[in-house]
Amino acid sequence: MLGNQPVSELNMSKISKSFAGVPALKGVDFNVRGGEIHALLGANGAGKSTLMKILSGAYETDEGNIEAGGVSHAFRSPSDSKAAGIHCVYQEVDTSLVAHLTVSENIFLDNLASPKGKAWLSWGKLHDEASAVLERLGLHISPRTLVRDLTLSEKQLVLIARLSAQKAKFVILDEPTAPLSLEETEKLFGIMQGLKSDGIGVIFISHRLPEVLRISDRITVMRDGERVLTVRKEEIDSQGIVKAMLGRSFEEEFPKLQADIGKPVLTVARLEAGKRVRGVDLEVRQGEIVAVVGLVGAGKTELSRALFGADPIDRGTVAVNGKSAKLASPAEAVRAGIALVPEERRKEGIFVRESVLHNLSVPVLRAISRLGILSGKRERELANRQISDLGIKTSSATQQTAFLSGGNQQKVAIGKWLETDADVFVFDEPTKGVDVGAKRDIFRIIGTLAQQGKGILYLTCEFDEALGLADRILVMCDGSIVKSFNRGEATHEDLLKFASAVREELA
Amino acid sequence: MRKHLLPFSFKYGALLFIGLVILFFSLYNQYFFTYSNLTDILRSISIVTFVAIGVTISLLVDGFDLSVSATVSLSTVITASLMVWYEMPLVVVLIVPIAVGALIGLINSLLIVKIRIPDLLATLSVMYLVNGIHKNYTAGYSVYSHMPMPDGSTAPGEMSKAFLWIGQGKLLGIPFPVVLMVVAVAAVHVFFKYTRWGRQMIMTGGNEEAARLSGVKVKKIRMYAYVASGIFASIGGILFASRIGSGQIDAGAPMLMESVAAVFVGYSVFAAGRPNIIGTFFGAILMGVLVNGLTMMNVKYYQTDIVKGLVLIVALAVTFIHLNRRKA
Repeated sequence: MLGNQPVSELNMSKISKSFAGVPALKGVDFNVRGGEIHALLGANGAGKSTLMKILSGAYETDEGNIEAGGVSHAFRSPSDSKAAGIHCVYQEVDTSLVAHLTVSENIFLDNLASPKGKAWLSWGKLHDEASAVLERLGLHISPRTLVRDLTLSEKQLVLIARLSAQKAKFVILDEPTAPLSLEETEKLFGIMQGLKSDGIGVIFISHRLPEVLRISDRITVMRDGERVLTVRKEEIDSQGIVKAMLGRSFEEEFPKLQADIGKPVLTVARLEAGKRVRGVDLEVRQGEIVAVVGLVGAGKTELSRALFGADPIDRGTVAVNGKSAKLASPAEAVRAGIALVPEERRKEGIFVRESVLHNLSVPVLRAISRLGILSGKRERELANRQISDLGIKTSSATQQTAFLSGGNQQKVAIGKWLETDADVFVFDEPTKGVDVGAKRDIFRIIGTLAQQGKGILYLTCEFDEALGLADRILVMCDGSIVKSFNRGEATHEDLLKFASAVREELA
Repeated sequence: MRKHLLPFSFKYGALLFIGLVILFFSLYNQYFFTYSNLTDILRSISIVTFVAIGVTISLLVDGFDLSVSATVSLSTVITASLMVWYEMPLVVVLIVPIAVGALIGLINSLLIVKIRIPDLLATLSVMYLVNGIHKNYTAGYSVYSHMPMPDGSTAPGEMSKAFLWIGQGKLLGIPFPVVLMVVAVAAVHVFFKYTRWGRQMIMTGGNEEAARLSGVKVKKIRMYAYVASGIFASIGGILFASRIGSGQIDAGAPMLMESVAAVFVGYSVFAAGRPNIIGTFFGAILMGVLVNGLTMMNVKYYQTDIVKGLVLIVALAVTFIHLNRRKA
């Protein structure tokens, strides 16, 4: 639809942004032309999403300049950026759609919500216009369908139809393929090609290198808040991209404690749960730290929740100490001897409004009570022991947990399990949002648990941690374990390769 | 000095306010601060306090039980009818309504925990259902001793003396319902402070997902809370029947709001900012004192509602301003 107009260009120059004094972007230049698919790559925390949030108006930039179609813009809100023709399809499609309205209403939501819109709604016209948009994109969805009845990929496509109806000039697709099947991905690529030939500039964020190399025209790689390179697709291969994403070698010391490895404590066979865990086999032995690495969206969190009975298991078996475990609820998982330190610490791991004392005793209330009456003395002893053993920095045991730092909250989330009889400890991204000092403490705690003969399953997207800490590393991609390395066998590059599903190329 | 004064006034402000209100009424009317009037106030709040304990428990697990008023009504007419229509012994008269209260709690928790209807909606529906059942049960009539029956005969039984003593008698000079109330408040307070199940309820209310991921059986815990709420409401109904000496239709209707008000005033006691039993007790006392004192001042009953509303607003505003500021 924009085919006849001159090619527009989007220029972000010298973009800098800090959060609480910590720089997230350091003078980034980024350029997108109309009619190209431009892939934006980088490891977790490289600054991709911050850059895109500035472009879509969700954040304001501290320094730098944004120019679209030759006009300089200062985006203060998402509506500013939409007015300039820049639209974003976020990964969480449900947050942008109104589930109980029809496809048509969702496509024209902004027009309907606009104060300049017409007072009366012509349903026939609305549906006709929606059909036209859908047809042009090659989508076969009835405009009268309710959005809640659509599949996830169809919802994405409705969002693309919406921005197409709004005459978008630049489109950000934030990891759109992560939740899609192969067939759905193909369909999305077809539509991306269509946008491209309409003269729209598409910014494509993905962790899957093969598809990036297939569909994009140019590739920009970011690392540590800086742009590392921008090249035409033909000038680079997946090895080169991986190297650019990682940069110089990460040599960090991890305190690895020696532990004797014994018989298997956790055996998982053909585990399937929901859409993200698609047949996982793994084994953890006494004293062994097994890391499961993978990119965001690989299914690690879902795996940990399934192992802990927090989400239902569809198929497969889990055995603890050779005994088959029924995991219909976390309570049963705890009884079977599994403990989970979940990823969403403040939402799932601790009770922010309660004291450290009450947090630490939740899983062991039975053990510190007699006939249901709690022993205040034993509860305090237990709390004080954990506080000193784990080095939890708190003014007192009765301090409200909300006032502790992230690292100390994490120690509370770990500490509450230490007095249970758990044989298997599952950690899901335990160092997320934790400062360096507390990180070392957490590694030490995990090492000590291994020395006591516990089995540790450590799920992380921080490859360095897995390399430094684990006795074995399993790489997870798209819901299954694709590769296993013993300690010292793998490099950072190997892990990223397998986690990014480059395996087809290697084979 | 200021630094300490402000938190102090937030923490003890509510108690101080109750003290000031009592002082004010005492100075205004010489009959206010007498033993008989004070015990009267306590007796007048005893039934609402029982209902409010139930509401507090449901709020503590992050729910809300709107069906308590209907449970009070049903329990009242069942209690009276067991004596008047069926001449049942005292034990049965006491146990059946409590069992019915527990059953209503079970129905609530089935809807909320199993079918996952939001608490307010589920208990609102059950409120209508139970209200309808209690009116059907008595065909719309109140139940009293030797009442005329639809077939023209007279009901065989009467409200027994022993039963009426529960609501009207005195133990060592203290009205028996007041004794029951104090025992219940103390017992529930101990339950929440010193028992495993009480702690699990508090943790479940604080963060249900974290509690579940700590191995707490949150569904069971929430079920127990609703059953407890139903039982406390039904005890309120028994006390009501015993106090009035008959089974009045819609006896519980005004009690939902009265008890909820007590619970919310209770939020401000000790600046807890959340439901707590001791707070609920003081909330009920404040409401009782206000009604009693204002009535003595010849304020019309419909004007006291304005005062109650204002007190509730001030108590909650002070509490939440304090809590939000601390968070920031």
